[in-house]
Amino acid sequence: MSGDGTGENASSTPENDGQQFDRLPATADERVVPGRPSRQEVVSWWAERYEISPETWDGHTFWEKGNGKLWAFAADTVSPTDVEGLGMRILRARQEHWKPSTNAVQRFGREATKNVVVLDVDEATRFAKGEDQELPRWDGDWGYVIAAHEIAGDSEASETPRATGEAGDVEPIGVGLYLHGELRSTVPKGRREDLS
Amino acid sequence: MQPLERYASLLSDFDAFRAACDRPLPSVVRVNTLKASVERAREALDAEGVAYEVTDWHPGVLRLDERGPGTSWPYFHGWLHGQEEVSALPALALDPQPGEVVWDACAAPGSKTSQIADLMDDTGLLVGNDNNLGRLSALRHNAERLGVTNLAVTNQDARNFSLKPFGDRTEQPERIEAFDRALVDAPCSCEGTIRKNPDALDRWSLEHIKGIVGIQKGILRRAIQATRPGGTVVYSTCTFAPEENEAVLDHVLREEDCEIRPWEPPEGFETDPGVTEWKGEEYDPSVQLAHRVYPHRNDTGGFFCARLEVMT
Repeated sequence: MSGDGTGENASSTPENDGQQFDRLPATADERVVPGRPSRQEVVSWWAERYEISPETWDGHTFWEKGNGKLWAFAADTVSPTDVEGLGMRILRARQEHWKPSTNAVQRFGREATKNVVVLDVDEATRFAKGEDQELPRWDGDWGYVIAAHEIAGDSEASETPRATGEAGDVEPIGVGLYLHGELRSTVPKGRREDLS
Repeated sequence: MQPLERYASLLSDFDAFRAACDRPLPSVVRVNTLKASVERAREALDAEGVAYEVTDWHPGVLRLDERGPGTSWPYFHGWLHGQEEVSALPALALDPQPGEVVWDACAAPGSKTSQIADLMDDTGLLVGNDNNLGRLSALRHNAERLGVTNLAVTNQDARNFSLKPFGDRTEQPERIEAFDRALVDAPCSCEGTIRKNPDALDRWSLEHIKGIVGIQKGILRRAIQATRPGGTVVYSTCTFAPEENEAVLDHVLREEDCEIRPWEPPEGFETDPGVTEWKGEEYDPSVQLAHRVYPHRNDTGGFFCARLEVMT
């Protein structure tokens, strides 16, 4: 139970409370809870890793619940709040290599122009099934990449602006972990499908 | 006793109603336009050879020729959501607008919630509440799969719903003190799901209905109280029993400052008016503005839906 107000904590250093959502500080200078990423760091991470433009996130606030689980919310609300969910879980931080979520990549990854691995029909099918595969042709960064493929349906002709993809017109499938010539699928069990 | 026999007096074509209740429902998907346009989703289904028929009342609601929406690329991408055809109705009646503050009082597993988010263009604030913690994970899973980001999920008893998590009764600038719209898709006896669940009526009893009516009244009253004057509240169930439908509306019309408003479903979707008399009870005449959906009219499940306006 959270009490009224902010609570009187005797300790001098605030800690991350994994049971509530806290809005991320705008910048590192405003950080109060140690280890909590700032909004600026999160936006920069997507821009540096995948070239997803910072404006992509203009309509979203960022929150932490749990240890390093970051959420994007299309509105603003009071912080902290003890609701069960707030927008979409987009990123796992507080670890050496930040890991984007499948859902975040499907929703926001269309804008990515860097570290996007475009798979052919068979490779995409294996990826969606959750299988790892050899992929020696990739010469981009190692680590977490966006796996994508071409899918029928002309996104340019779409009536929905959000559904148009500028970057090569491929559709993100999910997050891959590329290491030593191998692409590992991180599609969660509940999202895997046999599409062969 | 066969519970559905109760409704013979409401229908001149009761045999057609009974026959429809015995037929299985087709698999239906709704296009999630947060992730793909209707055209694009259809093209992708065509390319995969997935056969479907567009419903004649909603271009984004597709009846699949074969059962199960799961195994196709457009589904994997979250462009489609498996949702019973008739259950697309209440979100249309609610007519949520981008940027508004909207409450879905009984949200899990989230088909209607995600449709509301789609209609809101994923902007504004959508509060999806459910009292069943176990079902909340399905709500979150479905919403995230469909790319929804304007949803706050809460786990409260909707009858005593508190806006405190959103800063009500504080001075905080982001606080929310009332909703613009609310959907009460109430727990019910589910008679209208008989085509999907042939055992839906196995545990039917008048005692059960009497018990659930109290919950329905409590949630609808709270929705009206939590919605701003001039705001819209939609009440829906997937059952035929007037005790759970018109009688609940009648009760709330007497207890709260609200009125039923006319609302027309899309052209091509046929409904019957609410009933003003049942088992010796008489209801407020305005309950006729509510919509009864019988399975044989549009070849769907059964449903009930009414749109109310909160008065000053």
